[in-house]
Amino acid sequence: MLIKRIIPCLDVKDGRVVKGVNFVNLRDAGDPVEIAEAYEKEGADELTFLDITASHENRNIILDVVARTAEKVFMPLTVGGGVRDLDDIRNLLKAGADKVAINSAAVKNPEFVQKAAERFGSQCIVVAIDAKQRKSSTDTPSIPSWADEHPDLLLTGNDAGPTWEVYIHGGRKATNIDAVKWAKQMQTYGAGEILLTSMDRDGTKSGYDLDLNRSVSQSVTIPVIASGGAGTLEHLYKGITDGKADAVLAASIFHFKEFTIDGTKHYLKEKGVCIRLT
Amino acid sequence: MIAIIDYGMGNLRSVQKGFEAVGADAIITSDSQKILSAKSIVLPGVGAFKACMDNLDRFGLIDTVQKSIQSGRPFLGICLGLQLLFSQAEEFGSVSGLDILKGKVVGFKDAKLKSDTGEPLKIPHMGWNNVEVKPSHPLFDSVPNRSYFYFVHSYYVVPEDKTTVATTTNYGIDFVSGVHHENIHAFQFHPEKSQRLGLAVLRNFSRLSS
Repeated sequence: MLIKRIIPCLDVKDGRVVKGVNFVNLRDAGDPVEIAEAYEKEGADELTFLDITASHENRNIILDVVARTAEKVFMPLTVGGGVRDLDDIRNLLKAGADKVAINSAAVKNPEFVQKAAERFGSQCIVVAIDAKQRKSSTDTPSIPSWADEHPDLLLTGNDAGPTWEVYIHGGRKATNIDAVKWAKQMQTYGAGEILLTSMDRDGTKSGYDLDLNRSVSQSVTIPVIASGGAGTLEHLYKGITDGKADAVLAASIFHFKEFTIDGTKHYLKEKGVCIRLT
Repeated sequence: MIAIIDYGMGNLRSVQKGFEAVGADAIITSDSQKILSAKSIVLPGVGAFKACMDNLDRFGLIDTVQKSIQSGRPFLGICLGLQLLFSQAEEFGSVSGLDILKGKVVGFKDAKLKSDTGEPLKIPHMGWNNVEVKPSHPLFDSVPNRSYFYFVHSYYVVPEDKTTVATTTNYGIDFVSGVHHENIHAFQFHPEKSQRLGLAVLRNFSRLSS
């Protein structure tokens, strides 16, 4: 039976792993290659690198980190952050990434996802969505230009039930796009997986946004990775059961050694989750 | 020397470093002569079936792959490298494959698969799943049966000759995750991405000789 995947996530800035709260207040968590090797030994099911280096000029840093890591690990490696064109994807895959996560560039130009999936295959195109629950429209959205043709993807302000808005540029810009509808649209454009991060929960250790995750997971037929908010092992369990996640991603609980991958897996196995022990 | 066939598809370096990790020499090449003089051959591949066939053709390697298999030297197909061996695939209409093994490649999506709890199964089939191996398979020496290997695919092979089935995996249905026919070994999963046990499969392959 297909297992639920446990994915440690390394946010990489200027060649170091960092971790923040609600996308700010970053603290150093170590060398990415050393951390990746440790996760390989512990039996992580996959590894994700998110390049949060602010400037595009520092692209070579992440390519170097990916290449050095890929040499050391024998599990799937996903890399995201600042992926803007087909060359970015080609360079990351060449450096040793197996999958590439696209975020802001997908919102600005959805056809980019389509082109990327056609060129490299859906299996390596992950669309990353940073979503925040819409409580009141306090942020001034920067609505993408294609939205005139797809008004159905936008939030109206009068939507029934909880709604989530897509943010881009590392959570700095609201877009007015409905996260659930966006995920479906990205599947149509050829995404092979959705990496769904709750901005409300990221770094807070208060648990994944289960409503958000379930809403997206039940609206698409591609796998969904829950991200943002894991603070306890029960959070991971709830993400899989109540949140219907196909994989759970976490950063600080693993980096700061609160839980080991192996310990996490034993916990989930006892709770009846199908996981892989190594 | 193992030749990993380079036809512009897939992360060949992953496969190469997998062999390096188990002490085997492997080169990445699209040179027919090098491929035909190698001790054994690996055909990797990710992405779409048609794009892979088109690229094999563009690199002028279809003939080389067929000849290398006919020569009796150990051959390992990975992911698309398994699917391409078959007669035809149903992806985007119907596409012809290398036709080395009789059978077809079909999609999970048409099977409308459900999980144990009745929910629709996600496609691609992405992640780690059990591999049920036929007894005394040479590439699974020191690998326990039903071990986990890493998969990522939306299509699977249906061989006409059931005696070629080497491994099966369950994802809503039991599908063929590996074939073995004479010198041909091919798997739907990625041994190069399957950590310790995947490397064991690569090590066992590297020890085969014709």
